[in-house]
Amino acid sequence: MSQLFYDAAPNATRVSPEREPDRQYPEKPEAVTLFGTCVVDLFFPEAGLDAIRLLEREGVRVNFPQEQSCCGQPAWTSGYRDEAKAVARAQLDILDRSGLPVVVPSGSCAGMFRHHYRVLFADEPGTLRRVEALAERTFELTEFLLKVCKVQLADRGAPSKIALHTSCSARREMNTHLHARELLQQLEGVERVDHDHESECCGFGGTFSVRMPEVSGAMVKDKTRSLMDSGAVEMVTADGGCLMNINGSLEKQKESFRGRHLASFLWERINGASAGEVV
Amino acid sequence: MSQRIPVTELTPDFRGRAEEALADGQLRNNFRVAMDSLMTKRANAFPDADEREGLRELGNRIKAGALSRLPDLLEQLEQKLTENGVKVHWAETVEEANNLVHGIIEARKGSQVVKGKSMVSEEMEMNDYLAERGIECLESDMGEYIVQLDNEKPSHIIMPAIHKNARQVSKLFHDKLGEPETEDVNQLIRIGRRTLRRKFMEADVGVSGVNFAVAETGTLLLVENEGNGRMSTTAPPVHIAVTGIEKVVPNLRDVVPLVSLLTRSALGQPITTYVNLISGPRKPDELDGPEEVHLVLLDNGRTGAFADAQMRQTLNCIRCGACMNHCPVYTRVGGHTYGEVYPGPIGKIITPHMAGLDKVPDHPSASSLCGACGDVCPVKIPIPELLQRLRQENVKDPEQPQQVKGGGAKYSRTERWIWRGWQMLNTRPALYRSFLWAATRFRALAPKKAGPWTENHSAPVPARRSLHDLAARHLDQNGGRSS
Repeated sequence: MSQLFYDAAPNATRVSPEREPDRQYPEKPEAVTLFGTCVVDLFFPEAGLDAIRLLEREGVRVNFPQEQSCCGQPAWTSGYRDEAKAVARAQLDILDRSGLPVVVPSGSCAGMFRHHYRVLFADEPGTLRRVEALAERTFELTEFLLKVCKVQLADRGAPSKIALHTSCSARREMNTHLHARELLQQLEGVERVDHDHESECCGFGGTFSVRMPEVSGAMVKDKTRSLMDSGAVEMVTADGGCLMNINGSLEKQKESFRGRHLASFLWERINGASAGEVV
Repeated sequence: MSQRIPVTELTPDFRGRAEEALADGQLRNNFRVAMDSLMTKRANAFPDADEREGLRELGNRIKAGALSRLPDLLEQLEQKLTENGVKVHWAETVEEANNLVHGIIEARKGSQVVKGKSMVSEEMEMNDYLAERGIECLESDMGEYIVQLDNEKPSHIIMPAIHKNARQVSKLFHDKLGEPETEDVNQLIRIGRRTLRRKFMEADVGVSGVNFAVAETGTLLLVENEGNGRMSTTAPPVHIAVTGIEKVVPNLRDVVPLVSLLTRSALGQPITTYVNLISGPRKPDELDGPEEVHLVLLDNGRTGAFADAQMRQTLNCIRCGACMNHCPVYTRVGGHTYGEVYPGPIGKIITPHMAGLDKVPDHPSASSLCGACGDVCPVKIPIPELLQRLRQENVKDPEQPQQVKGGGAKYSRTERWIWRGWQMLNTRPALYRSFLWAATRFRALAPKKAGPWTENHSAPVPARRSLHDLAARHLDQNGGRSS
């Protein structure tokens, strides 16, 4: 355990006691749209593909509109409202075409759809109605699998110890901080270990990581250290941004420990092999 | 103690100060340990999530309701306080407030002031103002006393000396007071108390802050744990309370949930050791209490925040400090890095109204928007949302009229064009797909350095094929739709 964590109460930053998810979930639909997110698209496409396979395994047909790009969050959190709004409008149009439920393999992009689009379009009553409808039918991948598909996972992997990193958006915007835990609990051979300051931000924060590299760097160093000190052999997370931040930092530090997207982890556990590198 | 406080003279920008703080292992350890302990205390003070959420909702409603009729409540407060024998003074600026305080002290020919803890007096830099006019102003809160002794500013609004550990305080007392070194906290407190007791008796004027000003009864409520607040407000013949105009609440009933929220959020205490209800000077048949009580109500930019429906929410703040205790940025860089009176998340959203956004242009960016601050705020100020709003104000064209004082400080034509380009890329599917194609095809050519990103990370290398590509192929083969 590193010096900085010596005296810390375990999970001190967890805002306890944890809240119960309060969302009402619909029946399982026949088809959904997968919104891949730009980070997964370019850096973790295998996680997106594994998400598609997990959904198909539940008998859900997956639609992937080729016109989709980014949810607009980078500009929105950087203060560029007009630019964010233009990109948001493009996604809204694309997602409205089929009107299918939208599944997102990233908490922060799902949070963008569910919460921030409302703010962006607050001054356009007509669009706002469509935004409300999109918010209603947007699901983060873990909650869709667990609560809508009521997935049952049969573990075929070897015993393993893992740490789970939950993104701040999943925890605080999507209220899905317990869903990934429940999914992992279904896997007999997987032991999830707590890591110190588990609920604390990994330091990514989009453009925060390049505007404040000193502070962001200190945060991700602490996060990677506590993950490695946890006794886990790897980390899983359901958020592309955190994954890019944590893995990029680990690689820079020349550590062998790595994180993986939860979709890829789950797919490998139930099949005994990853669908990722089929290309 | 008339020297200027050194903190503001250090490295001029937030990032530079942050870098220095991050390199200070002792400082980081002090903050991490202290904030961890405070977070645990708060969590333990709210064992029932439903009760906590109900109380936060109530706290928000009381403060928002009070603000919605702020002018009326302030008028009522002035009238009731006047009836109770308290003299009410209004100050638009810190200069005016300092002038008023100085005038009151001068009228009594006072030369010694003892002060309970007051963040508004920090806002005014009252100690310096009075010192320049030959008046000694001694801090009587233990933490404030320590930072004053070391010519520093508070690093936390509730625990001003939280950046120091017992060893550092011991050394300070040894160097400045000639006391023998000891790391026994009780012994250190005893040293401080010995000096202060005498000062309470000698002081001509006592200054304090106010936690809640009750309009219906004309009562000033002050919570504290050390008794120094009670001493400062009762022992000297004159008591001057200074506070911001947003502290007014309609009636005493409102104070009960607010005090509970304040003390539990701040220190995990069900209630503070002292709760002072001050409703006027000593009456003829009373044995003690001050002969004169004054209240200075300070604006200092608050009406600017008040005028903006969204930013008005910053005035809900009851100064508990929970947002900084839970902030991963504050925990790492400490309060002095912010370079302003109010540090941490709440500081980032109130300072622009006081000093102007152009004075603190990096503050809105100093957040990963993790949301912990908003999650624990006892009066439900949506701090991340307001930070995002300030980021927008920051990059507005400075030629245009500004909605927040000092807006447009981070305007950059280049950056605006970069985001326009980003917008074009993400609204034109053919262009976006060409970009994906090129980025994955020429991934080997990805730059090895990517600005500040590669200071902390390896260079990002795109995957061999994009998800657009993989999904199209997969869905074609498996009967899904890749429309």
